[in-house]
Amino acid sequence: MKLKWWKILCILFLFFTFTAGFLIHVPIIGNLHQSIRNFFFHVPMWFGMIGLLSLSLGYSIAYLRTQNLKHDVYASEFAKTGIIFGMLGLATGSIWAKYTWGEFWSNDPKQIAAAIAVLIYLAYLVLRGSMTDFDKRARISSVYNIFAYFIYIPLIIILPRLVQSLHPGGMEGAKGGGNPALGGGSLDATMEMVFWPAVFGWLLLGLWISSLKIRLNLLANKNLINE
Amino acid sequence: MSKILILLKKDFLLEMRQQHTFFGILLYVASTIFVLYLAMGQPESTVYNGLFWMIQLFVCVNAVAKSFMQESKGRMLYFYTLTSPVQFIIGKLIYSTVIMLLMVLLSLVLFRVLLGNPIMHQLQFFGIACLGGISLSLVFTLMSAIAAKAHQNAAIMAILGFPLIIPQLLLLIRLSRAAYGEVFRQGALLQITMLLAGLDLLVIVLSVVLFPFLWKD
Repeated sequence: MKLKWWKILCILFLFFTFTAGFLIHVPIIGNLHQSIRNFFFHVPMWFGMIGLLSLSLGYSIAYLRTQNLKHDVYASEFAKTGIIFGMLGLATGSIWAKYTWGEFWSNDPKQIAAAIAVLIYLAYLVLRGSMTDFDKRARISSVYNIFAYFIYIPLIIILPRLVQSLHPGGMEGAKGGGNPALGGGSLDATMEMVFWPAVFGWLLLGLWISSLKIRLNLLANKNLINE
Repeated sequence: MSKILILLKKDFLLEMRQQHTFFGILLYVASTIFVLYLAMGQPESTVYNGLFWMIQLFVCVNAVAKSFMQESKGRMLYFYTLTSPVQFIIGKLIYSTVIMLLMVLLSLVLFRVLLGNPIMHQLQFFGIACLGGISLSLVFTLMSAIAAKAHQNAAIMAILGFPLIIPQLLLLIRLSRAAYGEVFRQGALLQITMLLAGLDLLVIVLSVVLFPFLWKD
């Protein structure tokens, strides 16, 4: 079994996340108590999702430029892994929300934005499934993928800044102010030391899963896709 | 430019000749709002606002859907030899925007007549409704092109378009609360309006850039 360096890095990072993440001393903020450790699992899901969906976008653009079916396979598999990350992010978030905000779902703008992302990319998969012709499927779904991405990204940049949110960050002037994703000063140094390896660990895991599925897909369609 | 005008003229001429589709949608709007009236009577402003935008969404799916689906395969090939894709999509965008604005106008009148009038600033709501109509029709025009190319019915258009339109719809619903007398923080109204206009511009640019790839078969 040959392991590439980044796969080893992925294993090390995630091992570190699962041990240090549960063992380090965390600051007690408000009613979060020990549940703040979920930060190492919940937040990296969003980094992973956006990273994978951006890769999917990149390959969709590459497909439209080169008409190489291989790029379409890459785009679709990255999108699928991105959806899985999104769903895991929603699940970990909902459980966390239940014990800190009292409800699994409280119509928070960031919850809505995450749910929209999952819906958009599920629609992308439905669109792919509705066509049988390979070239046509690749072309049309690439167009949808690019369109959807450029509509979605402004949404997650703008929307959280406009409305009140339970998440840290959010409307200007509110606590954390401005930044839609991370709540400024709430990360202390020890947590940051675990957080960034966790982000890269999960992202690499996403790449790993996608690369396996891409290889399988390329093998299954070997006679259609010439390298 | 002149080609865009000719394409537009052709679309409207078709609309005049096949009046049954246009009146079909008019009837769809009227009967939906009538059913709403029977079901709800005259609701208060939050419900009124929500219903108004939901109706616009469904009307848009139905009104804009046919802009590409009515073009047969042979006719598309004919256009292919005559015009460039950019001219073609711009023509379609303008056409579906005009149709949608007509529908918005009709729904405004019917809502006013049947569902009562909780709106405080009529002119403002009219402006917001027009802006909303434009936003909705622009997004659904490209969705209609995608659905038509995939040889699918209007259902796939709804599946593709609904998640994409949620952000704009949320902004519109929020913005139109101003017309019901809600007071916004200084500058927020302008901010949301500019945001919607910006998103519309983005959708137009994306449609123009992406449509040429859909066009060739």
